[in-house]
Amino acid sequence: MNNSIRVNCTKKNLKLIRDFVTEYLKALALSDILMNQIVLAVDEICANLIIHANHEDPTKYLTLKIQTLKDQVKFEIADQGAAFESNNYKEPNIQEHIRMGKKGGVGIALVNRIMDKVEFLTEGSQNICLLYKKIK
Amino acid sequence: MPMKITQEIKDNTIIMTLDGELDASSSVILDEELSDPEIMKYSKILVDCQKLNYISSAGLGVFISHLQRFEDAQIKLIFFNMQDKVRNVFEILGLDLLMTIVSDYEEARTIANE
Repeated sequence: MNNSIRVNCTKKNLKLIRDFVTEYLKALALSDILMNQIVLAVDEICANLIIHANHEDPTKYLTLKIQTLKDQVKFEIADQGAAFESNNYKEPNIQEHIRMGKKGGVGIALVNRIMDKVEFLTEGSQNICLLYKKIK
Repeated sequence: MPMKITQEIKDNTIIMTLDGELDASSSVILDEELSDPEIMKYSKILVDCQKLNYISSAGLGVFISHLQRFEDAQIKLIFFNMQDKVRNVFEILGLDLLMTIVSDYEEARTIANE
């Protein structure tokens, strides 16, 4: 089965990425809720990379690779944009967001709560985000 | 088109039907609809989520960003007919406790008229 996809950095490609992940996960017969959560986590990371790290520059690309390990699924998302500064990350206060009318900033919180492990690595000019989710 | 939004007006209520997927790309349309000053003329916004198949943080963010403005204007925002997988996304962030999500249209009407 084809387990990787490379797309350029436009928001329109998020649907393509979600469909690709959904198609891959179908074989694992997950519940609707779990399937949606995993697709969501990948979508959130890719949206951040496209919008923030690569400023929706269509000449830039990101690559998503999916692997099924023993009892978990691993997602590897690579790009060459600005690295995510995970050390500066703070969990959002949703009530504060509501009070301030803030639109963004809750995506990574969703990813952290859904996935079992989230890692951000930089190798030279390449940034890699690794997501792991237990499925059994 | 990944997201189609239709509006039906009944007296002081807008029934907004979301059809499709609300992601970082399509949520812009929802934001435009909710930012329309016309919407402030109504006292109830009932959001039919039956055909909302997906929501990401961008879609949630649009609702989060308008919630206070609607509350200040005493406009009730009520979601109904939400699919379990979509409701689950609200629950992960605890938004189900901060927003009004009910099972069906009848319940939405009842709560809107309280």
